[in-house]
Amino acid sequence: MLAVIGTIPEKDFPLVAGEVNLQGEGIYIQGKRSAVNRGTTALLASVIKTLSMFGQKRSFAYLVGDIGLGDGSRQLYEHLTKHLSISDFQTIVFHYLQPDTDWCQRIMLTMEEMPKRPTLIADAGFMYAAKMSGQAPKFDLFTPDTGELAFLADEDAPHPFYTRGFILHEDNSIPELISRAYSNDNAAGCLLVKGKKDYIANKEKILSMVDYPTEEAMEAIGGTGDTLTGIVSVLLEETGMDIGDAAFVAARVNRLAGHYARPTPATQVIDIIEHIPRALKEVLGSRLFSRNNVEKVSCKDIS
Amino acid sequence: MSFFRFKKKKVRKDVTGQGSDYGILIYENTSEVIRAETILRSKNWKIKVMGPPPEIRTGCDLVIKFPLIEQLNIIRTLEDNGLVPLQIVPVNSPLLKPVDLFNVKDFGKYLMIRAANMKLTIDKDTTTIVNISGGGCPDIPYLASEMIGEQLSKAPSPRKIGHTLCGYALQLAFDEAKNRCLQS
Repeated sequence: MLAVIGTIPEKDFPLVAGEVNLQGEGIYIQGKRSAVNRGTTALLASVIKTLSMFGQKRSFAYLVGDIGLGDGSRQLYEHLTKHLSISDFQTIVFHYLQPDTDWCQRIMLTMEEMPKRPTLIADAGFMYAAKMSGQAPKFDLFTPDTGELAFLADEDAPHPFYTRGFILHEDNSIPELISRAYSNDNAAGCLLVKGKKDYIANKEKILSMVDYPTEEAMEAIGGTGDTLTGIVSVLLEETGMDIGDAAFVAARVNRLAGHYARPTPATQVIDIIEHIPRALKEVLGSRLFSRNNVEKVSCKDIS
Repeated sequence: MSFFRFKKKKVRKDVTGQGSDYGILIYENTSEVIRAETILRSKNWKIKVMGPPPEIRTGCDLVIKFPLIEQLNIIRTLEDNGLVPLQIVPVNSPLLKPVDLFNVKDFGKYLMIRAANMKLTIDKDTTTIVNISGGGCPDIPYLASEMIGEQLSKAPSPRKIGHTLCGYALQLAFDEAKNRCLQS
């Protein structure tokens, strides 16, 4: 099973662990509702929309309210150290959490006790903490945007806010930043870099690039990176694709869903999420819709 | 009274100067740093918000760099406002500087302003905030829900309701948007 770990932007949202479903523009977990906005709710909505194409409707999540003070995140970190070791998730996605190196290290130690090592994906705040605590190579996939990639490439930066200017310079190419991130052991096994052109890379090489369809407005729309992380997470959980291929397919699907939404810079992410099933069907076609039915798909079949 | 004010201004050091002795004020969270910064700037103290030295970093940190010679006066100001720092540490090694990058993209009807890792997009005709993207700290979805749909002049400020480095970066984009769009 896939588990998503993140925060809800509501001060009083309690710590909950359980199955999540999507109804209209809200996610529901243990009787609690939260509107789909950018962040973990957008990721969960895209997860559920993608899962629906595999005949499933629910995902598992650990969620807590946190509006940036870190109190909710710390409560959730503590909960995870008590419960994660006895879980049997195949894939775990760490998302919007207050970056905290100490807690990140404790979570990683806890997961070493799990009966089977899950596929580990990190984005947003937990990706920052993973890099800063030296845990990045233990992850299977990071999904940074180009600014976050510059942060991964800057061995001294503890947060994207402090990325040094010479690394963030517009002339720096993405492949160079990827190489620099790997050379300092600050990247996961695979990187899916979201940008004008999406790059999928591992330590050895650039595996593939996706730049079609292009919608300029997507850059302004909050949550489009969260949807991409959600889609790739489900593909890894539900298919036999390797990570590079799943990342390639997810990048294509996310772009196509955005294209179908006919976005403007004022479009909200929920309007894009609605188009994920159609985009997934377009990209994977008849290979879809039953578990393990797409295991032989590779990016060569898609492009 | 005016004499003392004059004298005081003369002894204040610019912390950007090379080789000056300085210290850092450490708080429990970024929102307290932002509040302390606001108070100190309103009193004309020449302070800077910086990244902490490696030995005290936890993940989402800001500290306030100040001239050590002014420690007593600064602490008094902070005490008067209920913002006593957790620690005051003298520092002699270089501190990290926040990203100083603004990028503006014109979409015609909309204008997107990027500051560090945060992007804020407004409708140029109405000055309404229509989107916020980027960032990975937990206050960003919260800030977006509070700010989107509001006009720049009426939107809550990330400085007041945000708590993290991403929130601080969004404030920079918010300030830049105001500078560009609310000038008469």
